[in-house]
Amino acid sequence: MEIINSGDSLTVMLSGEIDHHALLSLRGTIDAQIEQHTPRLLALDFGGVSFMDSSGIGLILGRRRVAEGYGGKVMIKNASGYVLKLIKLAGLTPMLMKQEVNNLL
Amino acid sequence: MNINNYFRLIIPSHSRNEAFARAAVAAFAAQLDPTVEEINDIKAAVSEAVTNCIVHAYPDKIGDIEIVGRIIEHDTFYIRIKDKGLGIADIKQAMLPLFSTCEEGERAGLGFAVMESFMDKLRVTSRPVKAGAAPSGTSVIMTKRVTSRYE
Repeated sequence: MEIINSGDSLTVMLSGEIDHHALLSLRGTIDAQIEQHTPRLLALDFGGVSFMDSSGIGLILGRRRVAEGYGGKVMIKNASGYVLKLIKLAGLTPMLMKQEVNNLL
Repeated sequence: MNINNYFRLIIPSHSRNEAFARAAVAAFAAQLDPTVEEINDIKAAVSEAVTNCIVHAYPDKIGDIEIVGRIIEHDTFYIRIKDKGLGIADIKQAMLPLFSTCEEGERAGLGFAVMESFMDKLRVTSRPVKAGAAPSGTSVIMTKRVTSRYE
């Protein structure tokens, strides 16, 4: 995982497999960055994710709660194929960045 | 029911075994020549069931999770994931999307919804833990017909 801070926004480049086990360490690292930078926009980039289950949805909802606590907004970036299928199931399509919304059409 | 092949696997409920469990199941299911999407569906469903055992069946201890996989009638994948943990008091409520009893763990409450929508059939049986009663635990049985890539 790589985190890019560009002033107003924080981009989290997620990679590998996201499950309950991975979430245990991921969320602490991301939350510490949110608390430090209080971004207006937190982008969760799923481009490098090879597998995820509903823990990935828990990751999104949990980070949204933390970021909104600091007045920020959360968007989902580069969700395709399998990740997108789960996001649709969870009803989180309004959180997709434009490009992903287009992929749905 | 014609069982063509099977395996039985027992693992302790360490969260690091989630990745192992779904990879082992996927490796077994590969003999059905599933598509990438089908194998991902199976992996996610197994991951959800195993995570439920770790988080809900054995919240304060490490217990055994038994996974049985079968190939039935040459094209159907069967999987049973069983624990001897706390059991589910209200299965209907547990299966409702977004319902979760886990408050600090950040579970989305979508485990059963994923199993239900990614597999063809899902059956959950459970016996909640009771003092002096028969052993408790939960059993999740799922099947999925796999359309071979070469069909």
